[in-house]
Amino acid sequence: MIKAEWFYWLVGGVLLAMSAQMLADRTNPRRLGTAAFWGLLGAGFCYGTWVADGSAPPEPLGAAVLVMACLAGFGLTGRSTPRTAGPERRAAGARRHGNALFVPALAVPAVALVCAVGLKRLSVGGQPVLQKGSETVLGLGVGAVVALVLGMVMLRERRLSVPLHAGRSMLESAGWAMLLPQMLATLGAIFADAGVGKQVGRLTAAVLPEGSVFLAVVVYCCGMFLFTAVMGNGFAAFPVMTAAVGWPVLVEQAHGNAAAVLAVGMLAGFCGSLVTPMAANYNLIPAALLELTDQYGPIKAQLPTAFVLLGCNIGIMSVFAV
Amino acid sequence: MLVLLGVLVVVAGFATRRNPLLVVGAAGIATGLLGGLSPQRILADFGTGFASSRAVTVFVITLPVIGLLERHGLQERARHLMGRFTGLTAGRFLALYLLLRQLTAALGLNGVFGQAQTVRPLAAPMAEGAAERRHGPLSAGAREKVRSYAASADNVGLFFGEDVFLAVGSILLITGFVNTTYHTRLEPLDLALWAVPTALCALAVHGWRLLRLDRTLAHPPISPREPEGAAK
Repeated sequence: MIKAEWFYWLVGGVLLAMSAQMLADRTNPRRLGTAAFWGLLGAGFCYGTWVADGSAPPEPLGAAVLVMACLAGFGLTGRSTPRTAGPERRAAGARRHGNALFVPALAVPAVALVCAVGLKRLSVGGQPVLQKGSETVLGLGVGAVVALVLGMVMLRERRLSVPLHAGRSMLESAGWAMLLPQMLATLGAIFADAGVGKQVGRLTAAVLPEGSVFLAVVVYCCGMFLFTAVMGNGFAAFPVMTAAVGWPVLVEQAHGNAAAVLAVGMLAGFCGSLVTPMAANYNLIPAALLELTDQYGPIKAQLPTAFVLLGCNIGIMSVFAV
Repeated sequence: MLVLLGVLVVVAGFATRRNPLLVVGAAGIATGLLGGLSPQRILADFGTGFASSRAVTVFVITLPVIGLLERHGLQERARHLMGRFTGLTAGRFLALYLLLRQLTAALGLNGVFGQAQTVRPLAAPMAEGAAERRHGPLSAGAREKVRSYAASADNVGLFFGEDVFLAVGSILLITGFVNTTYHTRLEPLDLALWAVPTALCALAVHGWRLLRLDRTLAHPPISPREPEGAAK
């Protein structure tokens, strides 16, 4: 069985190799901090295996996460001069290789598709080939490895350091945003531990006007939207807003259709993800990957859609659900 | 009520444009301490939170092969390819991408498309190629706009497609939370069906806005620096 943890080690190994390249790259004015940040991230990926199964103490990893946050937060990381091929060389490559260049690029989604649909059901000796529940993540990993081998053979590239260099300059340009989604997952856990949800629930219940079902719908949807925007994902907002308004008011008092109320409420939260830089993996990292000068470019493109869809969700919930 | 200061730390840090990593770290520590957690417990929370959320960062693994192919002209080829499909404008291409992203996500195939593996190397340069064929060389602003819209097509397609699938994280979160907290039996299928109306709205709203992109590119808003030749 191919386990998800093996794949996390591979990611950790790639990050550690890239961090070694960063350390040796003197074009980066802050190479020590940069190498330390990505090295700690890579080491955390490997150490995380034993934290996840409970066999190692999580405190050292927590300290490493805070060190990473300080390194990036206080501007101790930087970028090197990217070693890209010049525009003429790229144009010449495009002419020479033609559409064959798409084969490895499309191999990533194609292999991910095969893993998610086909290999998911395949089992050898009673054991599934891919670890259950991790097929999507594993598919992406297997696809990336297959594509890399294909690409290196096709382009006659013998040195593994070349693709690693190319990949790490994308990492350097994404910078601190890479760690933010995982930091926010942690913040959600701490909020839950410290009882923030209960307090927000009490506050919402206090401001909620009695008797108006429509206003309760608006408060539930807008609350999901706002809380998701603050926390960067809807998963942290959902238990809070549902315990405060969704279940007690909309389902129990107003006898709403529970499935409809909760499904649409979650989607109102997703509208919040479209407008917040806190959802770094969806909004800030793409801006870095696409080399935009305005890191809020994707958010600006999504803003009108997000507000119209929030309105749609309020409408759908108040017409069909309650 | 003191623990709510943590939420305020996030909002205030954000309003004063501090680095989000520091803001989130400070908010976590402050909330934990105000909520009566020991420093050791807070450190442990940061560790376990990192370990259990590693899946969001794994797209890193696709970057080396994408980088290698780009050195050999993948983006240039993607742009060139779009020069041939004369009917496919940037807006139509991105609307098609949105539809495809939404459909695959609705079938549970979240990892097939994505910002790192398909938007940067393929969808964004293809949209640029289509825009260049129709409108000529793009200004820096227009190029940013096309790329931003490419990223937005991926996000909207994913967010409002995935909930139509039964076994996705957010659906399981809803059933898990409600069934344990309120002792009901909510079926994932009911939730997935109720995600369909919003999914259709998302396709219509964002698809329409993507199609409108062509018109914006054809008539860029007149910037004050541009001379108005028609006045004479």
